Amino acid sequence: MRTLLVLLAGGGLLAGSLQTALANGWNMPVGVTELSGEIYSLHMIIFWICVAIGVVVFGVMFYSLFRFRRSKGAKAANFHENTLVEVIWTAIPLLILVGMAVPATATLKKMYDASDADLDVMIIGQQWRWRYDYLGEGVAMTSNLATPRTQIRGDEPIDASANYLLEVDEPLVLPVGQKVRFLFTSDDVIHSWWVPELAIKQDTVPGFINENWVRIDEPGIYRGQCAELCGVDHAFMPIVVRAVEEEEFEAWLASRREAAEEEAMGIDREWQMSELMERGEQVYGSVCVSCHQQEGTGNPPAFPALAGNEQLLSDADWHTSTVINGVSGAAMPAFRNTLNPVEIAAVVTYTRNAWGNDTGDSVQPSEVAERLSD
Amino acid sequence: MAMNPGSKPVLQHSTATAGGMAEAHPAPPSGLLRWLLTTNHKEIGSLYLIFSLVMFFIGGIFAMVVRAELFQPGLQLVQPEFFNQMTTMHGLIMVFAAVMPAFTGLANWMIPLQIGAPDMALPRLNNFSFWLLPVAFTLLLSTLFMPGGGPNFGWTFYAPLSTTYGPPSTTFFILSLHIAGISSILGAINIIATILNMRAPGMRMMDMPLFVWTWLITSFLLIAVMPVLAGVITMMLMDINFGTSFFDAAGGGDPVLFQHLFWFFGHPEVYIMILPAFGIVSAIIPTFARKRLFGYASMVYATAAIAILSFLVWAHHMFVVGLPLVAELFFMYCTMLIAVPTGVKVFNWITTLFRGSISFEPPMLFALAFVVLFTIGGFSGLMLAIAPADFQYHDTYFVVAHFHYVLVPGAVFAIMAGVYYWLPKWTGHYPNERLAQWHFWLSVVGVNLTFFPMHFAGLAGMPRRIPDYALQFADFNLVSSLGAFLFGASQLLFVAVVVLCVRGGRRAPAQAWDYAEDLEWSVPSPAPLHTFDTPPTFERPAH
Repeated sequence: MRTLLVLLAGGGLLAGSLQTALANGWNMPVGVTELSGEIYSLHMIIFWICVAIGVVVFGVMFYSLFRFRRSKGAKAANFHENTLVEVIWTAIPLLILVGMAVPATATLKKMYDASDADLDVMIIGQQWRWRYDYLGEGVAMTSNLATPRTQIRGDEPIDASANYLLEVDEPLVLPVGQKVRFLFTSDDVIHSWWVPELAIKQDTVPGFINENWVRIDEPGIYRGQCAELCGVDHAFMPIVVRAVEEEEFEAWLASRREAAEEEAMGIDREWQMSELMERGEQVYGSVCVSCHQQEGTGNPPAFPALAGNEQLLSDADWHTSTVINGVSGAAMPAFRNTLNPVEIAAVVTYTRNAWGNDTGDSVQPSEVAERLSD
Repeated sequence: MAMNPGSKPVLQHSTATAGGMAEAHPAPPSGLLRWLLTTNHKEIGSLYLIFSLVMFFIGGIFAMVVRAELFQPGLQLVQPEFFNQMTTMHGLIMVFAAVMPAFTGLANWMIPLQIGAPDMALPRLNNFSFWLLPVAFTLLLSTLFMPGGGPNFGWTFYAPLSTTYGPPSTTFFILSLHIAGISSILGAINIIATILNMRAPGMRMMDMPLFVWTWLITSFLLIAVMPVLAGVITMMLMDINFGTSFFDAAGGGDPVLFQHLFWFFGHPEVYIMILPAFGIVSAIIPTFARKRLFGYASMVYATAAIAILSFLVWAHHMFVVGLPLVAELFFMYCTMLIAVPTGVKVFNWITTLFRGSISFEPPMLFALAFVVLFTIGGFSGLMLAIAPADFQYHDTYFVVAHFHYVLVPGAVFAIMAGVYYWLPKWTGHYPNERLAQWHFWLSVVGVNLTFFPMHFAGLAGMPRRIPDYALQFADFNLVSSLGAFLFGASQLLFVAVVVLCVRGGRRAPAQAWDYAEDLEWSVPSPAPLHTFDTPPTFERPAH
């Protein structure tokens, strides 16, 4: 009996230290939505149920191992069947499970009710970035990893204050207090959009649209990552959500609309070579670099080199159309919906003139716009 | 032989029938040809086990590459492209080339001995089943040297990442999996035919050792789901090479269909890798507790219940793929139900220990570690079954921790327990006790250091299958990597123990463990090449 008590105390001690550990950032976040809190509670309930069962089961086991050692002269008993005991230890787990299924079902039902949303945001996964489209608001954007490749490769030290691998150029801005419905799809392979603090993880499946929703309680920055293996740069497509008050959100939407109009006006004017190169380098650095590499060397055979690429150098027309339409059956996506005419013209011009590709020719946004309208 | 009269089966057959009939069999060819042409269940069993051990180390090296890259943040050793090939190949090799063939090897060796049969029912088929495996996995490993590299889409090879976006070598991967699948199906047919037809006179189904029972049920699972795997990879083959669109949404196909088919195979597959482990542990615990297994019948029923339920839970791998609510609920409830028969098994093992007379030889140590650590994997499995919480756990290191707990200190420890348990029968020598103890304790420490911190990394937000990670995961990964190196290195001790045991050691009698019950302990140690040329008479224990 004393052994049993010691074992139970040991189990309690273990459970206590587990709790301390879990309270210190080793656990699932409670999150900032009603549902994330519910999910956290479910997680903790089932966890403590497992701990309790573990303490009992392992308690009996280790008690037996110490108490009934042959080296201490233990003689084996001769029982090997007891229907009543079997029925009891089938029934008790069954009851625990039913008790667990009830709250889990309730939470799941709430998670599946995306009706009456105040705002719809389309989330599109793409190798290896996220696109966000505020449906009906006329605002859309692409969100790329902001951590420099040089840090990932170890060419310069990791900046510990800059949210290594969890920083993007364009966070998803959302209003607090409003019910936001997300619609998920993908342009290529399956990705999974996951932000732990929002307790949302949903696959983006090409050709299909999934639904989920969120109502964020607190303003703040919430970070996540793609959770479904989606190719080479799966580790490098983070998610940042910036939750702001409703007025700030409306102001932000308005400013984005304005910027988009300004950019649209830029389509018609003649762009200087240097302007295009500067903008192109920026676009290349966020969109193209993960496959075609910093120096345009690519990663053949899947990702061909751009530096010194014969076809690219000899045929500007083909080059532009490849960026717009992608390559069917290969990894190159179509950028007609992802990039605007200015960005496409700039990145084509840049790749035609960078890394010794000195063709000297440039592509104007207006030409691209014309092709896009065809 | 100290034993409790009346509590174990009484074995009656003359030693002449057990080993003395070698002259009735033609001498085997010598050299390599002997192994290529052998139809003897013991030799084929050894081939399977050696093959599996080699593959365990190859898959292990891949894991070491993964853990070395994850040792600290940033990319140091390998690029993401190669990292993805390593995680994929580690999974494929460990599942299809290490764990499954190891259990088949144990089945080949032990099932005929445990049921008193002279050999497997279909010896030539047995030879063919084995020799398909080196072909399949040489082909699979060769893809690493092909242009574009080997499979890089995870062992679950989800479409369209593995079809439209897969490397050129994917077709070879499909072919190799087809060959391995045929090998598994043929092996399963052979095991079923053997168990149903060749039991010793007097041995009813409900007298069979649990290792035989669990393998019988596993074989039916294999026959049921391997063709589904074959179907899904054939659809991939068509999508890649013949312009179909089973999984390509642009052509009217459905990427999620792939996952339904894959997991309809994949979930029973995980039980294929654990049911025989239950059988091994159910043999070892009574032997070293010197007390009959508690609840034999309920063990059989629980195994069958787990097998049947395994067909009804596949979509719990797909909770975040966008299933309708009613499907989520159905698969959540069914998954939770699996905890019931699994719990029954654990309770039975522990009740077997209760009021036993327990000693701690190496097989027992591994079996006890199995019970504890497999149960921990079962607990995290129960947590994963809760669908709303799974939205947070899915595809994180929490899942990696879960399935490694059930597969490494689960399936792999059970295999090692089985090897330590039956080595005296195979070689006629006991394994070196001191080395085996070192192997055990280093493995237990290594395995927990490796996989326990992964629970925390996953809960804190680390997705699986990433070659680089945010800084807050650095400490967990450092510990996991150190643990993995320790675990990996300690497996060299296992090889040392096995090699030393084959070459010599303390001699083992026929009844190598004093309380061991089953028929294999009635033949001499080492077991002669041909056993049970005339069937033994089986008498069940008196109550």
